[in-house]
Amino acid sequence: MFYIYCPYCGEHREEEEFHNHGQAHIERPKDPDSCTDEEWGNYMFFRKNPKGLHHEIWVHAAGCRKFFNVTRHTVTYEIKEVYKMGEQPKVVAE
Amino acid sequence: MSDVNSEAPTVALMDQLPDASIQGQSPLFHADLATVAKKGPKTGGVVFKEQALMGQITLRLNAENAEQLKAAEKVLGVSLPTQPLTSVESGDVSVRWISPDEWLIIVPGLKAFDVESALHAALSGHYQVVNVSGGWTVFMLSGKNARDVLQKSAPVDVHPAAFPVGKVVTTVFAKSSAIIRRAGDDQYELVVRRSFADYLWLWLQDASREYGLVVEA
Ligand SMILES: [Zn+2]
Repeated sequence: MFYIYCPYCGEHREEEEFHNHGQAHIERPKDPDSCTDEEWGNYMFFRKNPKGLHHEIWVHAAGCRKFFNVTRHTVTYEIKEVYKMGEQPKVVAE
Repeated sequence: MSDVNSEAPTVALMDQLPDASIQGQSPLFHADLATVAKKGPKTGGVVFKEQALMGQITLRLNAENAEQLKAAEKVLGVSLPTQPLTSVESGDVSVRWISPDEWLIIVPGLKAFDVESALHAALSGHYQVVNVSGGWTVFMLSGKNARDVLQKSAPVDVHPAAFPVGKVVTTVFAKSSAIIRRAGDDQYELVVRRSFADYLWLWLQDASREYGLVVEA
């Protein structure tokens, strides 16, 4: 079980109040009409699966219903940091 | 922040309440709480009361927009709580922070349309006011074991050190959900979905059985 800090509520809550929404910081191609099939395919379907630090989106579904980002270690499951939408992670893989 | 709709928005406003010839029924109407209260025990560790037919309004605006905050305060008589997980109460109006840009206002049922209309008249720019009175009902849980019942039902920390009077949390409650506010020392307010009202009433009866449940009408 995770005990997750919601940056909007400003306190820790149990995992059952949250949902994971997968990889964070996915950027949509700026001009979809002129990008290649490969670029579009990577954007649509391909996701990272790192052994180590992973930046992912969570939503405080049963609470304030806001989305935010979490940097989590996929081996230890340790949550390294939590940051709001629009912000960048401070803890990054070397 | 530039406002998205600077022109006066077209809002369809409708008083949801029928005229006095139709009797309002709360989601627990069928449970006949008046009879349960009369026949049931008069002492126990948990006291249950439905605050039936209240008016609920959700208000969304930009908490950094001083003009909007001032307009809402003028209508409500209290300033919106911008501190996360807090609430304010003044007379028959109470306001709960439920998200950084969203508040749940509760007023007497017959006042809801007036408050809704007044908010629309006072606010401008990018905001939202929705009368959600039909979607929710309010349970009051009090007594020395009320906290024990919450501990069985929700994963949030309700110890007084972490849950002072006035604090509001929206959370999972008995596999459903509730907006829980500590209204007093031994007093908790649960705002629940009307479609889950009967289920939660059954749940609360079961969860408070070991402490003794007093029902107030
Ligand atoms: Zn939250």
